[in-house]
Amino acid sequence: MVEIAVIIALLPLLAFVIQIFFGKRLPRQGDWVSIGAIVSGFGLSLYLFIQMLTRYDPGFVITESFTWIDLGSFKINLGIYLDNVSITMLMVVTIVSSLVHIYSMAYMEGDPRYSRFYAYLSLFSFSMLGLIIWDNLFGIYMMWELVGLCSYLLIGFWFEKDSASNAAKKAFITNRIGDFGFLFGLLIVVTAIGSFTLTDIAEGVASGKLSGGWLTAAGILLFCGAIGKSAQFPLHVWLPDAMEGPTPVSALIHAATMVAAGVYLVARLFFMLSLDAMIFISYIGAFTAIFASIIAVTQNDIKRVLAYSTVSQLGYMIMALGAGSFTAGFFHLVTHAMFKAGLFLGSGSVIHAMHHAMHKLDVHDDPNDIRLMGGFKDKMPTTYRTFLIYTLALSGIPFFSGFLSKDAILGGTLAFAVSQSNPIHYLLPVFGFAAAILTAFYMFRLVILTFHGEPQRKDLYENIHESPKTITIPLSILAVLSIFIFYTLPGINPFSAAHGWFEHLMAAPASAVAQFSGHPVVDISEHTAHSSHTLAMIISIIVALSGILTAFAIYYWKKMDVEALTEKMGVLYRLSYNKFYVDEIYEATVVRGLLMWNNLLSWFDNAIIDGLVNLTAWITRHTSALSGKFDNAVIDGMVNEIADITQGFGRQLRRVQTGQIQTYIFAAVVGAVVIILVRLV
Amino acid sequence: MGFLTLITFIPVVGMIIVLLLPKKNLNAIRWVSAAATFIPFVLASYLWTQFNYNLGGINNESTFQFVEHARWIPAFGIEYFMGADGLSFPMIWLTTLLSFICIFASWNIDKAQKGYFALFLLLETGMIGVFGALDFFLFYVFWEVMLLPMYFLIGIWGGPRREYAAIKFFLYTLFGSVLMLLAMLALYFNTTDPVTGAHTFNMLHMMDQSNHSDWLKILDVRYLIYIALFIGFAIKIPMFPFHTWLPDAHVEAPTAISVILAGILLKMGTYGILRISYPILPDIAASTSWYMAVFGMINILYGAFVAMAQKDFKKMVAYSSISHMGFVLLGMSVFTSAGIIGAVFQMFSHGTITAMLFLMVGVIYDRAHHRDIEGFGGLGLKMPVYTGISSVALFAALGLPGMSGFVAEIMVFIGAFPVYRTITIISAIGIIITAAYILWTLQRVFLGKLNPKYENIPEINGREIFTMAPLAVMTILFGIWPIPILNLMKTSLNYLIQIIP
Repeated sequence: MVEIAVIIALLPLLAFVIQIFFGKRLPRQGDWVSIGAIVSGFGLSLYLFIQMLTRYDPGFVITESFTWIDLGSFKINLGIYLDNVSITMLMVVTIVSSLVHIYSMAYMEGDPRYSRFYAYLSLFSFSMLGLIIWDNLFGIYMMWELVGLCSYLLIGFWFEKDSASNAAKKAFITNRIGDFGFLFGLLIVVTAIGSFTLTDIAEGVASGKLSGGWLTAAGILLFCGAIGKSAQFPLHVWLPDAMEGPTPVSALIHAATMVAAGVYLVARLFFMLSLDAMIFISYIGAFTAIFASIIAVTQNDIKRVLAYSTVSQLGYMIMALGAGSFTAGFFHLVTHAMFKAGLFLGSGSVIHAMHHAMHKLDVHDDPNDIRLMGGFKDKMPTTYRTFLIYTLALSGIPFFSGFLSKDAILGGTLAFAVSQSNPIHYLLPVFGFAAAILTAFYMFRLVILTFHGEPQRKDLYENIHESPKTITIPLSILAVLSIFIFYTLPGINPFSAAHGWFEHLMAAPASAVAQFSGHPVVDISEHTAHSSHTLAMIISIIVALSGILTAFAIYYWKKMDVEALTEKMGVLYRLSYNKFYVDEIYEATVVRGLLMWNNLLSWFDNAIIDGLVNLTAWITRHTSALSGKFDNAVIDGMVNEIADITQGFGRQLRRVQTGQIQTYIFAAVVGAVVIILVRLV
Repeated sequence: MGFLTLITFIPVVGMIIVLLLPKKNLNAIRWVSAAATFIPFVLASYLWTQFNYNLGGINNESTFQFVEHARWIPAFGIEYFMGADGLSFPMIWLTTLLSFICIFASWNIDKAQKGYFALFLLLETGMIGVFGALDFFLFYVFWEVMLLPMYFLIGIWGGPRREYAAIKFFLYTLFGSVLMLLAMLALYFNTTDPVTGAHTFNMLHMMDQSNHSDWLKILDVRYLIYIALFIGFAIKIPMFPFHTWLPDAHVEAPTAISVILAGILLKMGTYGILRISYPILPDIAASTSWYMAVFGMINILYGAFVAMAQKDFKKMVAYSSISHMGFVLLGMSVFTSAGIIGAVFQMFSHGTITAMLFLMVGVIYDRAHHRDIEGFGGLGLKMPVYTGISSVALFAALGLPGMSGFVAEIMVFIGAFPVYRTITIISAIGIIITAAYILWTLQRVFLGKLNPKYENIPEINGREIFTMAPLAVMTILFGIWPIPILNLMKTSLNYLIQIIP
């Protein structure tokens, strides 16, 4: 089985290598290589999945590992960890990825870098599948960065656009900030426990090798990775910009799979989270859920609405995991992957049509702007119907998958709040319900503005056509997968998945922290859980319906004037429309600050450090020049002076040497007389 | 004659042949140089297959490999003493590889080719000699032999400010050499050969504390000698604040010389500390390690911040080298397996990665004749292959998993964290800053709209691919499967950390 999982991951890698080197020379630019790899991966995942269902064992785990680095006293083992969660994840990723691969044949047709696009998709699929099956944090961290790379490459796929290359850079760097925390957490874990393997960590935590403040710190720091990857506040800023990438990429990476990797990571680490860490995680998720949904309400770019919706829904999942509802959080990951990928692909279908219409009419406008749409439902019936189904699922309407998972989350958070002594934790379900209202509202706003009402631009409307089969078939498949029945089987109750395979197989892992401390991290009684779920279900249906009705009242029946409403909301509207100015704040503080700091250091390097070096050189040069002068003037001067004196003396003496005998005799006589006189006297 | 001697001196033989060739016969000069660098590479690769992974080396002659002894100046206890262990062998192999590649990166040198290739070959001998020497005097000689060709290679074949850069490089390094010379003499006069009782330059004898005189046992003396050696080596690394010669030298040096400078010469600083300072004065190494960690942290962050402010492509790469060498310092400062092996692996891996980066800058400089980062843009549209291979280099520098830089950096972090938590975490901020400056550079040069000036810029050619591709393959290969290199190193380095109290 492990071999199959490895093959599933390696097939796309092989496709990547083939594509990158030979893609352009292959027929159809080799799209079939990538598609073949991922569809085969899907087949194999399906095989694993069916085996899982027939086994029907919640405790199923297989691991297999080998030593990657062995330095004597220090080892890094890598291995594969297959359990129900990872098999389900494999299934989700290969389904969405396969559909996106197929969809892209039409969407990316004629792009000059068509084969490159498939190469990147394959690399991404490999990294994502690898991330799922590793049995250790080190491997997960490696793949974590690789999916980040693929995200970078695909966001910046149309890199000649500055906005795209900026968005790609922003995504990578923002993620790196989160990964810094991840790395920090990793170091704490490996220092305390000496291994990266999940099972070893569980053992280490259960035996108290890592406990107390360090354990909480490790949990929160590892979660920082998820804050980056799953675009949680305050690192959510990259995801909306990531919509610069081609829409299939947004569906695959920035809605269904990669951004869910953060949630998956938290699920994988669930066993080692202390209560404090969980509460932190839950609040980050809850705040993000409400924060992002407020922004989504006022956006006009179809993909940005969906992007903020994704941020908000990921917040939901994180909130659930933090509140101890493991199954609910993971459940929402799965259902959300299907309908949100569908929503993006649906929006891609609309954008594709808009783009062609604009191209035909030679109009240069934003094909993503919902203010230019309206009434498309007759022109694009399949896109409309499937889009509506996804929207119902996302809004949490019964009979659709989203209802089940969202209800599980809200019920779980409510139960958590009830069971905690501090009443402040009721904030969590309150945030959750508030976000649910907004979700239903902004999604129906989107549907109404895009597909209903009067066409805003007649000329474009006339030229809108339904997309080809390679686009509509993936849409239909995802729509079918958004129906409740796939998640409740063998039960058929549309209001509860409690007896379904999912809730049965995806049981929460035992908490290693609880084993260590002897009391449960989150203690929710059966009764509380049950009553909370019933209550949450009722509230969430009411909430969803009221959100939808409000959207209809404002945008469909026009009971209220949008302009006037905007006016009335004033500050709140502007905050929401401008995304609470988070980008601007970061730009003014972090980015500017960093650049100024860099320039300051660079100046310091040039002027001070190198200045000192050059000053030393200058001093040396001038000292030597000075000593040269001294040498010339004083030392050599003295030498010359002595020479001059000697010479002058000699010159004087020369006069004596006249060569005349009489002078010499005269001098000798005078000398003799003087000597005699001296002697005598 | 042993293999190490052959590897070391074949380039000199090549140099002599080059000097005898007529100046006009350019191709003969180039191909002789290629052969004179290729043979050592083949021999070094062969030695790799013969390398015994279980022998430690460091301070024990019997566990050194490919050892050669010859009388040289017996009156002063100077020997021709060469050998390899897990610390030096990876560097020797890397030197032979990079030298061979650099011959092809020098193919287009446009003046005085004969002198250039002759000096280059002499430089290679100096470099290999430094890594192979086990006699301190011999080490010193090779160290100085390397300096002179470097001076001329920058000073004659360099850019507009080449003379300033060459003199700065020369004097700075010479200043370090003088300190090293003083320390060497101090050690020489206070070490006795256990057999003859005379003073000796044999490093392995110097490492045996029982050969030291009483004077050398005085703590202050040991500190002084350690610091003198350390500054001598730190200039080469280059460690903050002794680093400012590097950007100047790099900017002015021709491409191949930059590659050698960053790929090999910088490693000699850290190599010297590991080879000489640590085993000879292990107690001082242990008690000063905190400072080294701090300097490592400063190098990592300072280099990264300043790199981000650079407008000159080559200067950016030069500062990134300073940042990456900081990881070596940080890893060396903790005496844990992961830390020190990570450090030496980083020396190796950075040698390949920075070589790619400088080759990358060289390719574009040959076409555009400038290196202003802001002056490009959109090259990805016209030069897809070049962009692809450059992206590999840049992402390797950024420490992307799956590439050797990542393995080295993460090992350094894992090794350093238990010892110096705060320093390690502050250093880890470097991974964010590095991502920022690398991606920003990538964006400004390769992404965005094509700069109309470069409408007709030619794609990277076969020769240039040949210089970069092997390094790219190695970076990825050793990123996924670093075992061959780690196996080379681990016995020696695990042994080295045991020596340190």
